[in-house]
Amino acid sequence: MTTVPAPRVASRGAQRPPGIGTVYAWELRKLRSQKRTYLGLGAAALVPLIFVIALLSSSGGPDEIPFGRYVKETGLAVPLVGLLFSSVWLFPLITSLVAGDIVSSEDNHGTLKTILTRSTERWQVFVAKLLAALSYVFAALVVFVSVGLVLGGTFWGFDPLTSLSGTQIPAGRGMLLIGASALAYFVPLIAIASIAFLLSTVTHNSAAAVVGTLILSFVMQLLAIISGLDFMAPYLLSEQFDSWQGLLRDPTDWAPITHAAWVSACYAVPAVLWAFLAFVRRDVAG
Amino acid sequence: MTLTEPAVQARGLVKRYGRITAVDHVDLTVKAGDVYGYLGPNGAGKTTTLRMMLGLIRPDAGAVRLFGRDPLVEGVRALDGVAGFVEAPRFYPYLTGRKNLELVAALDGGDAAARIDAALDIVELADRARDKVGGYSHGMRQRLGLAGALLRDPRLLILDEPATGLDPGGMRDMRLLIRRLAGQGMTVLLSSHLMAEVEELCDRVVIISSGRVRYEGALDELIATTAGRYELRTTDDARAQQIAAAQRGVDDLARNARGLAFAADERAATALSIALGEAGVGIAALVPRTATLEELFFRMTEEAPATDGAPVAPAGVSNDRRPATPDRHTPRAEEEELRA
Repeated sequence: MTTVPAPRVASRGAQRPPGIGTVYAWELRKLRSQKRTYLGLGAAALVPLIFVIALLSSSGGPDEIPFGRYVKETGLAVPLVGLLFSSVWLFPLITSLVAGDIVSSEDNHGTLKTILTRSTERWQVFVAKLLAALSYVFAALVVFVSVGLVLGGTFWGFDPLTSLSGTQIPAGRGMLLIGASALAYFVPLIAIASIAFLLSTVTHNSAAAVVGTLILSFVMQLLAIISGLDFMAPYLLSEQFDSWQGLLRDPTDWAPITHAAWVSACYAVPAVLWAFLAFVRRDVAG
Repeated sequence: MTLTEPAVQARGLVKRYGRITAVDHVDLTVKAGDVYGYLGPNGAGKTTTLRMMLGLIRPDAGAVRLFGRDPLVEGVRALDGVAGFVEAPRFYPYLTGRKNLELVAALDGGDAAARIDAALDIVELADRARDKVGGYSHGMRQRLGLAGALLRDPRLLILDEPATGLDPGGMRDMRLLIRRLAGQGMTVLLSSHLMAEVEELCDRVVIISSGRVRYEGALDELIATTAGRYELRTTDDARAQQIAAAQRGVDDLARNARGLAFAADERAATALSIALGEAGVGIAALVPRTATLEELFFRMTEEAPATDGAPVAPAGVSNDRRPATPDRHTPRAEEEELRA
């Protein structure tokens, strides 16, 4: 370390601090550099593939669930049926895998002190991490729906889809509605991600945050099927994953969509606020 | 922020973890241009203090200002012109060294990214910059940490045990680099266990033990507080001891395996040498003896903590000889003024 002159120390002024976009872009780069990221995205691509293989190898289909009877009539039904199945464990797992790790992994690596002693405010780091986690979840959802749609279309074509009201939906509009359904599906996922993010922030432990989020998700699904607790069901996060079905009625039923939005907000907003306060006020030791 | 503001000014810093007081009313002042040594045994509260300086943890009481800015009040703006690392520098193991520097440069904004190549060259990591940090040795991570700090083109460099994990050559190079940076006007706050390193590099030191400041001031003044001791070897130590005991101004006389040791001012030492000569005792050596920093460090840190809040002076050094530490034990009003 002796051969090169040390840097000049003359012209020092206040650095122009980076914008939130810069911090967000680096959070995405960090995600892109981690194997765990591809594990979740890979699962999002693999599950529709397995579902299609299972359909191809069996004579029947999942007739008892919405759109189940149409999966071999049009490929448009495949991603919709997939969404119904995936709310049980796949998306809670994919979501918690990243959102539950994105803050606590900095604790595990000891890198929080590295980034918090630069010219970036804590709130910027917080917002960038939250946005990166949500971006990842959204990307996984897009991969899942796209793979399901492409595989479904490949094997069963893009014939019109029969709505839940029995009317025919042309392929073009059907694809738009699938996209809108994915957006509606994303709303409760934001709440799941927020809870995982909170656990990641307050526990400083990735395993605790990921497992904690999954347990919470499963507990809500359990509560939803206990008949004596029916009154709770409309307010459980697990029940909001079906709200997109309102989009596939004729006319469109917005009630479940708006209901899911505010119920999800009731989970997400306090979780994010709590996480924010914990993050900006915490002592970074260790 | 003005040029006259101290680089670091801490007043009454307190940090408690449950019932343990990790930092107990620490006051220190690092003036611009100082190479300031921060000494203390493990668990003394050094790293906790550095974390408070960098705004990583909140003090329970007191305040710290960097060039006049309080990190708790002004956030990262208080870190303008400040860089460094506490404990071992940490990076993302799944990113390369260069990517890690690009990341921290992006978080710094400005022209920090333009300094990456120079910083890598300085710490001699340019040829390993494309390797993932997960494969770096501890010493390489230390050097990468220093490179990351240099990206901020700092006026104040805070280094926590920077030589830890380096081989002897690396330690020497690190010292040379720190000295060169200091020579260019950079203020350096160096926390270290290595007394020789501190003695070689630092002009001012603070010694902390059990969370409390035992000494703060100029290093040479600290060493000078132990001046006035001599070691004497003669042709007849027994006879010399008798003569010395009778000599006015010679105190604290002791005989050891090497000869005699005593405390005296220069005039008394001269008189003793004449008396020995007159008595026919040959003087083989009469050596003025000052304590090393290491000796002083152990004296201060291994003594029982003061119970009245007063800092402990080195053994053999009266409190009135200890270099003055202005503003020590700041009254609450002054802390609040600093905070305001």
